Amino acid sequence: MNAAKVLDAKGLACPMPIVKTKKAIGEIESGEILEVQATDAGAKADLTAWTESTGHELLDSSEADGVYTFFIKKG
Amino acid sequence: MIKPMTAAQVAKRVMNQEELFILDVRNESEYKDWKIEGNSIHVINKPYFDLLDGVEEIVEELPNEDVLVVCAKEGSSKMVADMLDEAGIKEVSYLEGGMKAWSEYLEPVKVGDLSDGGELYQFVRLGKGCLSYLVESQGEAMIIDSNRMIQPYLDFAEDKSLTIKHVADTHLHADHISGGRKIAEETDASYWLPPKDATEVEFDYNGLEDGTEIEVGNTKIKVQAIYSPGHTIGSTSFIIDDQYLLTGDILFVESIGRPDLAGKAEDWVGDLRNTLYSRYKELSNDLLVLPAHFSKMSEMADSGVVAKKLGDLYKDNSGLNVDDEQEFRKMVTENLPPQPNSYEEIRQVNMGKINPEDEKQREMEIGPNRCAVN
Repeated sequence: MNAAKVLDAKGLACPMPIVKTKKAIGEIESGEILEVQATDAGAKADLTAWTESTGHELLDSSEADGVYTFFIKKG
Repeated sequence: MIKPMTAAQVAKRVMNQEELFILDVRNESEYKDWKIEGNSIHVINKPYFDLLDGVEEIVEELPNEDVLVVCAKEGSSKMVADMLDEAGIKEVSYLEGGMKAWSEYLEPVKVGDLSDGGELYQFVRLGKGCLSYLVESQGEAMIIDSNRMIQPYLDFAEDKSLTIKHVADTHLHADHISGGRKIAEETDASYWLPPKDATEVEFDYNGLEDGTEIEVGNTKIKVQAIYSPGHTIGSTSFIIDDQYLLTGDILFVESIGRPDLAGKAEDWVGDLRNTLYSRYKELSNDLLVLPAHFSKMSEMADSGVVAKKLGDLYKDNSGLNVDDEQEFRKMVTENLPPQPNSYEEIRQVNMGKINPEDEKQREMEIGPNRCAVN
């Protein structure tokens, strides 16, 4: 997937992954994709709920070796 | 200045029915799954990620002072608490260690005295609805249905100069990880389990058979095992000092156990019926029933103890008043609530088959117990 920006939020605890995601999404254009990498286990449910409540779209999420990767399309 | 509030302080408020206003900032699905509850607790939910731009809209829904902010671990609640403090709300606190700490907190409550001067305590795990027990008599103690966190029991025994002689589980638990084996290892106590639940366990134990009698203290407080299958095939109850009936996950104050957590609902429903409708009926109505769980605060008496006389349960508990056997069968095998989180893995841990790291074990246990048919 072609991400306009990649955010490394690995090692950060809640609420920082979302705080940083929000900031990063503000720096890309509508329709562009943000890739977020996080290690906080709570990030998945929170990012899913956050994208829903803010009108962005969570295109894909996956987990490998304890790292969660999310692709979010800016709404 | 925001202040931390410990799980112990929250527990005191819940049990003493002191007012507390909680803003829970976890996401909506976690909040719906499980939250801090109590008769004096007012709680509202607003996820922290909806408050990043400011707390103005939520401030209108909050009292002017004494608000506790709660999240999963702690970080987000601190952030939101700071924002509320800046917005002018007084006495804002956050839950130290978050819902994880709440899930683990145990409050010992005295149930009553034993005939020789000993005492019986119920350890209430408010955050998960788990109840465990400590019988003490003449400097000796027995612990039943221990939680994974064993330190509170060890500290309690040390404070009262008790030697832990016996540890038992009424059945193989599926909703929480038993600390029984660990306590037994640390204190050289005997660990008792019903053999029918232990066919696959990978450690040594003493078999609890119907009629097994365990003595605590010199004056022989009797702990009498009664085979009472239904929640699991091995489920065993205890009569302590001819006064108290520990029912495990078979009978609760306002509900009854579910037979399906090992995947055997159809096989075990008949056992459950037999235990509840004939085996327990032969026992004295004056026995005080002490279950291994509760799911509603209404099951807790003003004293903080979750208990009710067996005779009263036969009058008031709807699960004991389904005359038609088919209807009973339907009730306990259909329309069951969702199963407890990670219940299959939890059973594997309790059998000694897997041994995940502490942090993983902690996460497996998060959430309500869901051992009852309501």
